Amino acid sequence: MKRFKALAMAGVLALSLVLTACGSNTGSGSTGNSGSSGNAGTAASSSGELIKVGVVNNPPSESGYREANVNDMEAVFSEANGYELKTFYSLKNDEQLQAAQGFITEGVDYLLISAAETTGWDEVLTKAQEAGIKVFLFDRMIDVDESLYEAAVVSDMAKEGDTAVQWLLDQKLDVYNVVHIQGAMGSDAQIGRTGALDAQFQSGAMNLVVQQTATWDEAEAKKIVESVINSNEDFNVIYAENDGMAKGAVAALDEAGITHGVNGKVIVMGFDCNSWALRELLAGNWNYDGQCSPFQAQIISDIIQGKRTIDSKIIINEEKGFDAATITQADIDTYGLGE
Amino acid sequence: MANSKKKFLSGGLGQLTIPVVAIVLLVIFNLIRDPSFFGVGILHNNDGNIVLSGNLITIINGASELAILAMGMTLVTAACGGQDISVGAAAAIAGSVFVKILKSSPQIGGGKVLLAFICACIVAMIFGSFNGTLVAIFKIQPMIATLILYTCGRSIAYWINGGATPTVNSPIITAIGSFIPGIPVPTPVLIVIAMAIVFKLLFKFTSLELFTQSVGINGSAARLNGINSTFIKLLTFIILGVCVAVAGSIGVSRLGLINHETLLLDVEMDTILAVAIGGNNLGGGKFKIGGSIIGAYVIQTLTITLYAMKVSSTDVKAYKAIVIILLVVIGSPVVKQKFGKFMSKFLENRSGKVMKGAA
Repeated sequence: MKRFKALAMAGVLALSLVLTACGSNTGSGSTGNSGSSGNAGTAASSSGELIKVGVVNNPPSESGYREANVNDMEAVFSEANGYELKTFYSLKNDEQLQAAQGFITEGVDYLLISAAETTGWDEVLTKAQEAGIKVFLFDRMIDVDESLYEAAVVSDMAKEGDTAVQWLLDQKLDVYNVVHIQGAMGSDAQIGRTGALDAQFQSGAMNLVVQQTATWDEAEAKKIVESVINSNEDFNVIYAENDGMAKGAVAALDEAGITHGVNGKVIVMGFDCNSWALRELLAGNWNYDGQCSPFQAQIISDIIQGKRTIDSKIIINEEKGFDAATITQADIDTYGLGE
Repeated sequence: MANSKKKFLSGGLGQLTIPVVAIVLLVIFNLIRDPSFFGVGILHNNDGNIVLSGNLITIINGASELAILAMGMTLVTAACGGQDISVGAAAAIAGSVFVKILKSSPQIGGGKVLLAFICACIVAMIFGSFNGTLVAIFKIQPMIATLILYTCGRSIAYWINGGATPTVNSPIITAIGSFIPGIPVPTPVLIVIAMAIVFKLLFKFTSLELFTQSVGINGSAARLNGINSTFIKLLTFIILGVCVAVAGSIGVSRLGLINHETLLLDVEMDTILAVAIGGNNLGGGKFKIGGSIIGAYVIQTLTITLYAMKVSSTDVKAYKAIVIILLVVIGSPVVKQKFGKFMSKFLENRSGKVMKGAA
């Protein structure tokens, strides 16, 4: 019986680990203060001057993207900028719901949410509305009526894919033989970044050499490209859905003596704009890197302070794509994630 | 003739029958499918070195981490009658330590790489002895004991380097992860050979093999004979720790990058399978490290074959599972015994008939 209990406990632990691992792992991020989970902020000061903001987010350990996102929130909603910030980080929807409830009871002015799951938020958001608390969604959408929140600042993954594919079409290659390495199937980033390319395969504008998921795993991406090279198939584009997988693919090309990047045989495309990836771009080893911006705080802050008016409740975070031909060191310093 | 055939069918290669048959079948299958599958080419890589390439090289190279982990896992399995499921997470920790030391200052020289590797080894050995203590002293089932590190290992790896995927660029790291200039064989393959030789020598000059087996077969009998079974169990976990550090460092060096969430992800399952395919008893006791190494190559050949057949990588795991279930079931003592009985009956009947015919 004891052993059974231990097993059950272990099962629960393992399950929670699996769930943790499911967070959209978009590669790299930044260093810096990452230890500030739980209720941070200056709870003691009850000064009426400061705008009270409660942030419910995923923990910075989820991914490099999240770490940059959390740091950005903490930087923008600082006391110097006139905010009193309370934060709560969890990967679990129910814990996030409780925390949001707590913020409402405490009486924050604004509630900012990046939810772990898209469902279950109706009740809490209705309570927030009743209490006169304005809600902003960032990074992720929630399945609720539009009237329950002020605005949602999100990334449009499909647009990221479209931008990248449009860039590829603009290269005017004679033929497009594409090796497509996908992220974890079903994640927002994968669906958006795959969609645009799939349309090209269907229209016949590009030829699909191989389409495989490496579930964000660099080593797996390398294996996939190696197997394509070993079967002597011709390809001239590698479209990897994040930077790490692009790096894995490039390692396989390097070992096989296939040139890549600017003036190379194979065009290399990645996503996420890690600093190291942008440096590869600057060195001409890669050709393109699409941004997935973790910086929503400034937009929300501008709306709160009335510096920005909203036309539509859904605000698409402006995202760029970088070309090896035009990227500068200044771009890396501004947009690169991590060191 | 009939005698040798009988001997082969009833396990003439002994423990190694299943892995050898499996790898031969996979090779034949691939040769029928595509005769040029195992062709080895010689080419210049982008660093200007002459290197070997082709599926065979990809398989042998790609299985390196798995083979190294399988060696250590075989010992743990033999001594404790259970498996360490935290090797992937521990490798992520070791890899993170490796990178942390390398990134401590901008210059990366040979001495620093060695220092980083030694630190990774020490940390992995500490975590190994943590697992070992739980198993050997507190008598917790190995799979439960190592579940702890399996669950929290990747979080610990995260603490070491933060959420970033730090990169290390250095010719030395590239040499470890892919090719040493002038040597056309991938370095990880050379490391596997070196590790295999180390184990061979270890078994030749110490009684580790004998002690491990006797602890695994009957711990109390071994203790009564003066073998410190607690120490032996602990030792196997520490040895596995070294294997984990080597595998983690290779994994990092391959791409010059560590992603603590995906480094050697799910490798623990493949490692245990390699040990099982190698014909080792997962309940402990007698073992052959060679079998586990062949088992690792069987798994990798299977994976690469499926990739070459353009099986979607989401489906690869399912196909792998089917083949592995077949292998493990065929290799199980129950089937072996039944098959042996059947064969001897069959041969008896036939010889009986022949004798009758002669009369």
